[in-house]
Amino acid sequence: MNSTTVAAYEDIREGVRGLCSQFDAAYWRGIDARKAFPEEFVEAMTQAGWLAAMIPEEYGGSGLGLAEASVILEEVNRAGGNSGTVHGQMYNMFTLLRHGSDAQKQRYLPEIAAGRLRLQSMGVTEPTTGTDTTKIKTTAVRDGDSYIVNGQKVWISRIQHSDLMILLARTTPLEQVKRKSEGMSIFIVDLQQAIGNGLSVQPIANMVNHETNELFFDNLKIPAANLIGEEGKGFRYILDGLNAERTLIAAECIGDGRWFIEKARNYASEREVFGRPIGQNQGVQFPIAKAHINVEAADLMRWRACEEYDSGRNAGASANMAKYLAAEASWEAANVCLQTHGGFGFANEYDVERKFRETRLYQVAPISTNLILSYVAEHLLELPRSF
Amino acid sequence: MKILVAVKRVLDYNVKARVKADKSGVDLSNVKMSMNPFDEIAVEEALRISEAGKADEVVAVSLGVSQAQETLRTAMAMGADRGILVESDAELQPLAVAKLLKHVIEKEQPDLVLLGKQAIDDDSNQTGQMLAALMDWPQATFASKVEVGEGKAQVTREIDGGLETIEVTLPAVITTDLRLNEPRYAKLPNIMKAKKKPLDVIPVADTGVDVTPRLEVLEVNEPQARSAGIKVSSVDELVDKLKNEAKVI
Ligand SMILES: Cc1cc2nc3c(=O)[nH]c(=O)nc-3n(C[C@H](O)[C@H](O)[C@H](O)COP(=O)(O)OP(=O)(O)OC[C@H]3O[C@@H](n4cnc5c(N)ncnc54)[C@H](O)[C@@H]3O)c2cc1C
Repeated sequence: MNSTTVAAYEDIREGVRGLCSQFDAAYWRGIDARKAFPEEFVEAMTQAGWLAAMIPEEYGGSGLGLAEASVILEEVNRAGGNSGTVHGQMYNMFTLLRHGSDAQKQRYLPEIAAGRLRLQSMGVTEPTTGTDTTKIKTTAVRDGDSYIVNGQKVWISRIQHSDLMILLARTTPLEQVKRKSEGMSIFIVDLQQAIGNGLSVQPIANMVNHETNELFFDNLKIPAANLIGEEGKGFRYILDGLNAERTLIAAECIGDGRWFIEKARNYASEREVFGRPIGQNQGVQFPIAKAHINVEAADLMRWRACEEYDSGRNAGASANMAKYLAAEASWEAANVCLQTHGGFGFANEYDVERKFRETRLYQVAPISTNLILSYVAEHLLELPRSF
Repeated sequence: MKILVAVKRVLDYNVKARVKADKSGVDLSNVKMSMNPFDEIAVEEALRISEAGKADEVVAVSLGVSQAQETLRTAMAMGADRGILVESDAELQPLAVAKLLKHVIEKEQPDLVLLGKQAIDDDSNQTGQMLAALMDWPQATFASKVEVGEGKAQVTREIDGGLETIEVTLPAVITTDLRLNEPRYAKLPNIMKAKKKPLDVIPVADTGVDVTPRLEVLEVNEPQARSAGIKVSSVDELVDKLKNEAKVI
């Protein structure tokens, strides 16, 4: 993807920036201090059509691809906001678009595009299995026209501000499948119906003001019509969606990285100690320059991933590498930015400590750095499998 | 009713202007350009009039380089129905712009022309007034409120020392001031629709309008850097300094 193609997204950048300019640093700082949810921001993003970017036009969306979606989330973080409050719908959308039935698309997409339904949650992680996803213990057992779900999930985000969740559960016990990746299925769960009727939600207080929860399933009944795709193939669908998710996370990190670099550059140019701007010292300059180089390099891999995904090629390698590079680069930029600010970096009003916490998450979620290294080592380089 | 809105592509208001080394002008290479903020207000006002059911078409017009098509797309993403670019690579001064707008108006026959009161690059504040004179139309400049009625418009103007409300018969030229409205941000579906809206490009040569500059720029300089202020110890000292040193009171 050359620089002219990238320039083609300028109108999208402008649009998102315009919207974000109404939600300034003070807004996000206030939300963080009150541990609140940025409802007005999410509503504005919805109303302006940004969260329906990938929904095909015939369902009321804009029919855009991963590249555009990535630009939208990047700009939110670039503007000092936190796209963790809205990105779930982007991640999930590809799963519904690529694997949902016509009836499911007909039922949900127009409602999501119109902003009447939110598809912000995805339930995969479990307390006792962690990254080893194929060992999940949540089960969905077919019972006539329904599935009965039992089990537990953890770190399931935006549940209290979403209407729908995509849930991964085992439909065939692990002992009965040939390969451990088989026998899992994904479902659309109507949260309003489910909560209080077999699903209970326990919020988790956390470091990044992420609305995230523990979920307990006790004989939750979901209509069989809510199964996405074929029974037993859910893990494959989820993995396919993860390439999109990783690319989007990469873009968010690049947005963060650019925010940190700009913040560090400005502060280093203005703050005077020993009678001159601190940025005049190469000891201060060089780490900022290095972080900038790494953010820009990560951006190239992100565009490669977007291009591969949007043209229907396998984006596995580049999506994972982009996520790795971008999460490392944004964290480096965050650290440099904090260091450049000295003591003031710790003061809430500079926003650096908040963004520092927020970008740190992406080394762990939605996939930890180690697991990407493991993927690259074992799947791309074909080193011996460690698990 | 048809409304014509003029939009200019200018150096983005967030960008620090840098003067070219040869002092011939401001360096515009590789810097962000966007729609003149006063023109955004004009587009917004045209859209509000149209959304109130008082106009059925809003046409955005720009005059200048080919990239001004992006500015027109921005206007269309906000909601304008179509765009017209009179393309010229040469510098266009206010009189040339007014003459070209006249050319477009004669073809389009709008009932109302909205322009920003000035462009933030050269701050001329002349085009609207010149256009009204060339058309021999009423003008209402520095508008902070516009109320369109049957065949006329009531316009509140920001003038020195207060507000003035006048009535103009249509067709008329109105130039917009800062407080008229707050322009909307384009929504994604409208950005996508704007890509498909009609945009006519007319080469300046086809208009037959003489756009030769009448003013010559001799030199452009950066404003002088502000020097540090001082602290005074009393009001008397302040008044004394303002009177005798700064000579401003
Ligand atoms: C704020 C937040 C929001 C989240 N939102 C969601 C959500 O909406 N939906 C959802 O399903 N999940 C969500 N998650 C969960 C997230 O995806 C997991 O936390 C992540 O995948 C890591 O799993 P774990 O926490 O169980 O870590 P573990 O699997 O317990 O791993 C702990 C550490 O050990 C390392 N490790 C484990 N195994 C190996 C190995 N074999 N080799 C090398 N290193 C290894 C990991 O890299 C990690 O650093 C969220 C998490 C957080 C913190």
